[in-house]
Amino acid sequence: MSAADLSPGLNTGPSNGPNNGSLTSTAARPLRHVSTRFLRSELRLIFGRRRNQAGMGILAVVPLMIAITVKVSTPRPGRGPDFFAAITSNGLFVALAALSIELALFLPLAVGAISGDSVAGEANIGTLRYLLTVPVRRTRLLAVKFAAVTIFSLVATMWVSLVGAVAGLALFGGGQMTMLSGTQISMGSAVLRVVMATLYLGVCFASLGAIGLFISTLTEQPIAATIAVVVINVMSFILDSIPQLSWLHEWLPTHWWMSFGDVLRDPIAWGDLTRGLLTAAGYMLVFWLAAWARFSDKDVTG
Amino acid sequence: MTETILIEDVGDFAVATHGLTKRFHQQVAVNDVDLLVPRGAVYGFLGPNGSGKTTTIRMLLGLIRPTAGHHRLLGRAMPDYAGDVLPLVGSLVEGPAFHPYLSARANLVRLDSVDRHADPRTTRVRVDGALDRVGLLAAADKKYRAYSLGMRQRLAIAGTLLAPRELLVLDEPTNGLDPQGTREVRHLIGSLADDGATVLVSSHLLSEVEQVCTHIGVMHVGRLLTQGPIAQVRAVGERRARVVTDRPHDAARVLRGLGLTDVTVESGLAIGTLGTMAAEKVVVALVQDGVPVTGFAVERPSLEDLFVSLTGEGFNVSG
Repeated sequence: MSAADLSPGLNTGPSNGPNNGSLTSTAARPLRHVSTRFLRSELRLIFGRRRNQAGMGILAVVPLMIAITVKVSTPRPGRGPDFFAAITSNGLFVALAALSIELALFLPLAVGAISGDSVAGEANIGTLRYLLTVPVRRTRLLAVKFAAVTIFSLVATMWVSLVGAVAGLALFGGGQMTMLSGTQISMGSAVLRVVMATLYLGVCFASLGAIGLFISTLTEQPIAATIAVVVINVMSFILDSIPQLSWLHEWLPTHWWMSFGDVLRDPIAWGDLTRGLLTAAGYMLVFWLAAWARFSDKDVTG
Repeated sequence: MTETILIEDVGDFAVATHGLTKRFHQQVAVNDVDLLVPRGAVYGFLGPNGSGKTTTIRMLLGLIRPTAGHHRLLGRAMPDYAGDVLPLVGSLVEGPAFHPYLSARANLVRLDSVDRHADPRTTRVRVDGALDRVGLLAAADKKYRAYSLGMRQRLAIAGTLLAPRELLVLDEPTNGLDPQGTREVRHLIGSLADDGATVLVSSHLLSEVEQVCTHIGVMHVGRLLTQGPIAQVRAVGERRARVVTDRPHDAARVLRGLGLTDVTVESGLAIGTLGTMAAEKVVVALVQDGVPVTGFAVERPSLEDLFVSLTGEGFNVSG
């Protein structure tokens, strides 16, 4: 079985390669207990796919658009969202403004596309059955898929922030940052605050990704799962805006997302941020377990 | 023909199922199947489309859960020991499936990278070796999307060759292949068996696998009608003696005298069912009676004929 042999037909002669020889046992191929190959393979699939790269491009359009439109228009302090007014004072605010715009739909849509595709996509094209017969244990499959979705959420959020920060700093410069509470912090601290806000939102989106992973185990249509995630996201925002349902608000998956601005208070207002992180962790736990309960003994017929 | 064997004593079987049954809602897809594939066999798992072959294979590999029954692969109970057994099993289930936007090579690397038994240092060599063995090395960097059905089928077979296997489960491996490709797959199955692997190969086309199989099993409407060494299964069909002579009526009289049944006479021809009678005795008797024999043959039914007699309808799609 020479790799250099480019014979046209099936090479059916006796082979000398690793497939040859007498019966082997798994002892000949020892189990690697800790391996990140599967996760790295997942990330290559996600970030190597043209569709997803295009999606990342679209995510980058918003911060660029914000930076450019604010640059060419006359700033009118006091109007629009807080971050917009502050952009001209420090370019880093472009990142925060972009996040506040994209958190309603664009970033959830991106996370919905990836998480909805995670299991349903493999089931849809049939690769799921080949993963399972390698074998990949189902629990491991769900753990790796969720890890990949979480990493994607963080990367996508950081990407928006990064593009915003670079564009903002290029057009408006940096320097000291004025907090929402009025005090000023150094540029270094400001960068740290923006990173914290970004990570916070990344974790929030990952909790939506857990919901997506669960839905992805219910269907073999990845698009259907993606749409379901977006619908849940939009429904959550709508319910959050109905005052009569105030008792429900704090339990909604999206309720604490806007609290990311609290990292820009001096000192940081940890109350809502902590609630937000706990809520995200709760959604992750519940929906990962739901996915496991659904998938662990599901018949894979696709 | 299907002997009852205690499932505990089946160490010599690469595949042993006991009462394997799968019900989807009201429909019974697989009904009480006792599949026995001896180690080292090339087992032709035959039956029309829809007869339950793929469902059985899905159960064997732990993709779907049996409604009833249990099974062992390579002597170990499934699905409990799936983690130990499946690394030694290469499988092709219900056609090839790969990521369309990845190249053939990248798809195999992907499969290898999820295998915790695979050594990443040898991935490249093993992937290229597998591609070479199915004749796809020259097309390794083409996107899967651009592959023809035949190439896809070969790639799926290559996927089963990434690691040394003791058992190969190939579900319809010749689907979509041209006659030349079919021949090549047959040869490949033969060479895998020569390497010592057990091969379970399903097909709805008898003639495609008949030549390479040592054993066959016949599925029909969810049931395993018969299985065993190919000669033994064939022997179930009745052998018929065919005498070519210009005095067929005299020949027929001799055949009846010997106890052959269903004796018929055609022009220049007498035919009778042999039963347990040795063929050479028939010839001796004919010659002793002075019947001029210009030709004599013992006809075994083809497997195709056997199917018709087993299923009553032959190789059509089961409802």
